[in-house]
Amino acid sequence: MTVFAFYLFATSVIAGGLFTVISRNPVHSVLWLILAFLSSAGLFVLLGAEFVAMLLIIVYVGAVAVLFLFVVMMLDVDFAELKAEMAKYMPLALLIAVVILMQFVMAFGAWESNAAAEGLRTQVTDTTKFNTEALGLILYDDYFLIFQLAGLILLVAMIGAIVLTLRHRVDVKRQDVVAQMMRDPATAMELKDVKPGQGL
Amino acid sequence: MIAEDLNIILPEIILSAFALVGLLVAVYTTKDKMGGLLVWATAGIFVVLAAWIGMTGEGTRIAFNGMFIEDGFARFAKVTILLSAACVLVMSENYMRTRGLLRFEYPMLVALAAVGMMMMVSAGDLMALYMGLELQSLALYVVASLRRDSVRSTEAGLKYFVLGALSSGLLLYGASLVYGYAGTTLFSGIITTAQGGDTSLGLLFGLVFLIAGLAFKVSAVPFHMWTPDVYEGSPTPVTAFFATAPKVAAMALFARVLHDAFGNAVSDWSQIIALLSVLSMFLGAVAAIGQTDIKRLMAFSSIAHMGYALMGLAAGTAFGVQAMLVYMAIYVTMNVGTFAFILMMQRDGAPVTDIRALNMYAKQNPGRALSMLVLLFSLAGVPPMLGFFGKLYVLRAAYDAGLAWLAIAGVIASVIGAYYYLRIVFYMYFGEEQSEQMDRTGGGVLPVFLTASALIMVLGIINMFGVEGAAQAAAGALVN
Repeated sequence: MTVFAFYLFATSVIAGGLFTVISRNPVHSVLWLILAFLSSAGLFVLLGAEFVAMLLIIVYVGAVAVLFLFVVMMLDVDFAELKAEMAKYMPLALLIAVVILMQFVMAFGAWESNAAAEGLRTQVTDTTKFNTEALGLILYDDYFLIFQLAGLILLVAMIGAIVLTLRHRVDVKRQDVVAQMMRDPATAMELKDVKPGQGL
Repeated sequence: MIAEDLNIILPEIILSAFALVGLLVAVYTTKDKMGGLLVWATAGIFVVLAAWIGMTGEGTRIAFNGMFIEDGFARFAKVTILLSAACVLVMSENYMRTRGLLRFEYPMLVALAAVGMMMMVSAGDLMALYMGLELQSLALYVVASLRRDSVRSTEAGLKYFVLGALSSGLLLYGASLVYGYAGTTLFSGIITTAQGGDTSLGLLFGLVFLIAGLAFKVSAVPFHMWTPDVYEGSPTPVTAFFATAPKVAAMALFARVLHDAFGNAVSDWSQIIALLSVLSMFLGAVAAIGQTDIKRLMAFSSIAHMGYALMGLAAGTAFGVQAMLVYMAIYVTMNVGTFAFILMMQRDGAPVTDIRALNMYAKQNPGRALSMLVLLFSLAGVPPMLGFFGKLYVLRAAYDAGLAWLAIAGVIASVIGAYYYLRIVFYMYFGEEQSEQMDRTGGGVLPVFLTASALIMVLGIINMFGVEGAAQAAAGALVN
């Protein structure tokens, strides 16, 4: 059963990835990408990493992919033109891809991990705790420094987005709450005594 | 335990806290009007931290289970990074103000980039390495496109970002292969797996991808394509920043990874680095000949210089690392002076980057022309200047390590490269008279940096201001 599930998910990850790259419609690409994410979440469940699987669905499918979908739909990118440009470089790209693929096949054919590697890998996992708890302990204790740095990187990304897009326009009227509250009838209104039969 | 760790990374914490507080204060008060003040404050804190790190640090301290290493090597690199970043910030203030680019985020982004660089040179783990690198790069992508109304600047930022993301991908792939083989991301763990001299295919494969990713960051050929466009498109002070501190950080990181994590596989990576080095030197020398834009020219010049610095690394010895550090220190000093000159190249207040505008500059402004002459001779590696001794150092390191062919290639490339530096000298002293003249005055603090840099190039030949000894101690801390 597990083996069957593994092959099912693995096939759909690969198929999803393939169609993400080759499908003509960019919106379809994003949808295929979502399939790839969902299937890899399934693979994580099979590995017993249910927390990571849920994170993958919530963060990648729920936020990132939907964002992609919006960006792809909103941006007016001429994909036909991009494709035409790509066709020019296709032969060379294919050649390089084939060469690298051959090298990969050769490298992974002869792959062997260091003898101590497996031990080192499992050493960090605390089997007495649940996934979420163990992840939290590692993230906030051992990898505290990296976690904080990731926070700084996100901050820089936010500053960058603001710096590059925020414009202070002078010709727009903005609401000034304090000024609104401080208005009083004496300054806001002017009473005129209009005599009958006369204008102002 | 945690208090000790935090104590070790105190300089980084102070700098991050400064950036955060500076941002908040500026946002809640006068916004961009604070830009000038923040530039000076950031430069000030850079200098203070550099002095603190340079004076107090002793021995090797390790924090966060080996993820952060504070040793002599990291201290040397940090002092160089902080001082050069401070110089460039101070130099940029006037230029950015007159062009309305002095936004308060600029110094804060530079400060955060500096935090990233400090993390990079102290990284003891592949993940810490990547985090430092990304923090630095992301801040740099933003400052590259700071002039957002200009197509060139936006293009520079976007190009840098896309190619930088690609190179980060390569680096991460390499890191994952190394982890797959070694079972750990700690440098101290990786180095034990390659003991006994036989390197496994898996480790080697990961190493190649790691080197490709890092070579992009130091703009070594064949990963250099972004450099000329980004240098040309970015605002000039930002270009000056790109050419100095991040280069030192990336080279130091390169040395750190190769020696701390792959120190047992020197013969495996030495040939790759030697190839990168020789390609960079020649492409930098040849491709710069056709350039007329001084910023593009400096881009190719920096590619060539990175080639020489990599030559020191290719030697794979402690002396090689020492030579690389000395070379980078000299390179940064030269570039600060050269960019001070480039920032002063103005006609009626508008910046000029065409080198033909320098025709007969010596007649208009003999003092500045003389300083630039010294700097250009030094960049080219003409004997009495300090730049020559930098080159001599790396050539000797390569020769001592049995890479005589690399040293010879370096000499040939240096002769080719001398042409385009000397061409600027030719324009300045023997060019044609032209009707339009460059601005004679102005520049604020820039002439100070230009003159100081030129003086260092001349006076430094006496004892190099003690950089040699410091670099030797730093290299000794990295390579045992």
